[in-house]
Amino acid sequence: MTATDLSLTKHNADKLFQRKRLIGFGIPAFIFAYLVYIFFAFDISGLAGRANLDNAVTLASDSWSHKVHVTRDNRSGEITYAVEGERKGTYPEGQRPDWVSGDEVITIDLGGDHIVRYLPDNRTEIEIPGFPLIEVQAEGRSLTSNLPADLPDWISASNRRIGITTPEGRITLTGARTEVFNYFPGWELFWFTLDSPYHGQGLGAILFGEQIDPTRSNITGAISDWWNNAMWRHKDVAWAIGETILMAFLGTMGAAIIALPLAFMAAKRFSPVMMLRAATRRVFDFVRGVDALIWTVVLARAFGPGPLTGALAILITDTGTFGKIFSEALENVDQKQIEGVESTGAKPLQRYRFGVIPQVVPVLLAQILYFLESNTRSATIIGAITGGGIGLMLTQAIQTQKDWEEVAYYIVLIVVMVMFMDWFSGWLRGKLIGRKD
Amino acid sequence: MADISLGGAAQSVGSIQSSYMAQVHRRRLYGGLTLLIFVVLMVSGFNVADDRNAGGFWEGLHQISDYPADVLSEAWEKRADLPGLVAKYFPALVETINIAAVSTLIGAIGGLFLSLLGTRGLAKWPRLIPLFRRISDIMRAVPEIVIALVLIFVLGGGPVPAMIAIAIHTAGALGKMFSEVAENADLKPVEGLASTGATWSQRMLLGVLPQVAPNYLSYSLLRFEINIRASAILGFVGAGGLGYELRNAMAWGPGRFDEAAAIFILLFGTIVFFDQVSSRYRNRLTEGQGQ
Repeated sequence: MTATDLSLTKHNADKLFQRKRLIGFGIPAFIFAYLVYIFFAFDISGLAGRANLDNAVTLASDSWSHKVHVTRDNRSGEITYAVEGERKGTYPEGQRPDWVSGDEVITIDLGGDHIVRYLPDNRTEIEIPGFPLIEVQAEGRSLTSNLPADLPDWISASNRRIGITTPEGRITLTGARTEVFNYFPGWELFWFTLDSPYHGQGLGAILFGEQIDPTRSNITGAISDWWNNAMWRHKDVAWAIGETILMAFLGTMGAAIIALPLAFMAAKRFSPVMMLRAATRRVFDFVRGVDALIWTVVLARAFGPGPLTGALAILITDTGTFGKIFSEALENVDQKQIEGVESTGAKPLQRYRFGVIPQVVPVLLAQILYFLESNTRSATIIGAITGGGIGLMLTQAIQTQKDWEEVAYYIVLIVVMVMFMDWFSGWLRGKLIGRKD
Repeated sequence: MADISLGGAAQSVGSIQSSYMAQVHRRRLYGGLTLLIFVVLMVSGFNVADDRNAGGFWEGLHQISDYPADVLSEAWEKRADLPGLVAKYFPALVETINIAAVSTLIGAIGGLFLSLLGTRGLAKWPRLIPLFRRISDIMRAVPEIVIALVLIFVLGGGPVPAMIAIAIHTAGALGKMFSEVAENADLKPVEGLASTGATWSQRMLLGVLPQVAPNYLSYSLLRFEINIRASAILGFVGAGGLGYELRNAMAWGPGRFDEAAAIFILLFGTIVFFDQVSSRYRNRLTEGQGQ
């Protein structure tokens, strides 16, 4: 090797190194520049201003706790006790929580020496440790109180509305009504609502104890009261999850059934006419490209909201995807097996049945089952748009912006549902075509 | 002598045949039963879905083309406005693509760490492998819409909730696919680097990443395609971008169908374009590996 050769090789090596170094620094620099651009395009610095931390706190605390409202209507003087302030969670006549006492003067013990007294004539006394006794009188639409002018930040007051937030609970007073919110951990009334005779009974008492409701046996009565629980709506939730899975199942399987014959038309080996092949492929590309979102919107116009619309949207989109995957699988079929079947005198249909199908079935099944799992997730989202299934219940619960414990419940259920479908499709795949490893 | 052996052979052929036929019958029976169950499930499932739908399948079937026909005819009448509308909604399209791109980028980085930390032989803390796998399972199982809706409540509308939601799901999904690739990575370079005293990050960066990079890139591109669709859908529930504009255009109803048509065209074109581009590059990446 001469000196010039050597220097040329050296030169080339140097250039290669330079290029690699450029790529090594260039790619991270490009990513960084892009992220900087996004930082401004998405206005991330303004995010802190738009973010509502109160919402976050409400969400975080409400998702694992519940509150009991004690409300005095200042016009009628009537006092109601209700879990989450909902009519369905109202204590029946003559019953009230045990931290409320008194008849003329209603004493509400929030715990930690925080005491609220509802006095006659729409007067209210609030005892908070380390703060002078607060007295409020409601008259017509206005309030008079002995609150000092400079208030701590946990009290907001005007002559129309006073709000007090303590770690033990919240109190709001207006001319029309006085409300106390007492917070407790846990999802109240998850099993039975207050009107059910089984509320407050332990599992042992229901299973082995005396008959609680004379007309029904304990177990059937308890199951029916739980199933028809008006606060948590277990029946509707179960139906909604069923609908979501149904959407995924119908959509995936329907798509597979439609895509299989079409895939034969799109595969070079089985479809000699070029035009037909190209046309089928364009159809696949088109329905895939239109995307589930647009299909949902279009189909919802024709079929109205509901699970069928969602199932059809999944079906149409996935027909395109399956068609593409299936036809690729069919192109890769081994010719030898078909020839072998043909040599026994098999007719074309028999050649497909015994020469082609056994080769592609494992690939197709694996794909179908994979899509079944991923479509369960899509069905949740499509349900939120088209109005069906657990996706709809979740969006409704989020939009009311108060039942965060229900939102948390639905989220847990959705995650469990998707993980179950993941496990189930993996299990079925193992049963049908054997494990990969 | 010959008779006996022939008779024996005939008998055994006969028994083989009958047992084979019995087996075939049993298999056909099982196959038929499975098919029957499947058909029953499909038909009854269809009926349940049809019952619970607001409009019935058969009544709706002939109306499918009504809405697209309305949109198309109105768009055709106002075809002169269409380029203007496409230009008007182009920024929303850019936002949708940006959401998809950033979330794929962040998700891929997250998935990279999850996969390396969750793969036997590569993990920095081998005892925590099950933990990282569960984390990636849960991140994968949460549908984007769940996180997006909650974050819209806290952060307000706009692209950021969608970006975070898609990034979380992407990290989980890619974490699983990446770790399947990483499991097949050759450990010799890693051992070689370890023998020189390389730290964990050096071993991963120099020993593992060069092996898995083509596959990782290919999976990330596939994910990018999926994320464009997801970011359009999340826009529809209030997370900004093209989906949000589509919902508004739809809410206006007839008279503004040309806007809906413009958005449909943009969305369709974008999805097809990125599908084609990414499948070209994915083919190149996987072919390059085969050589």
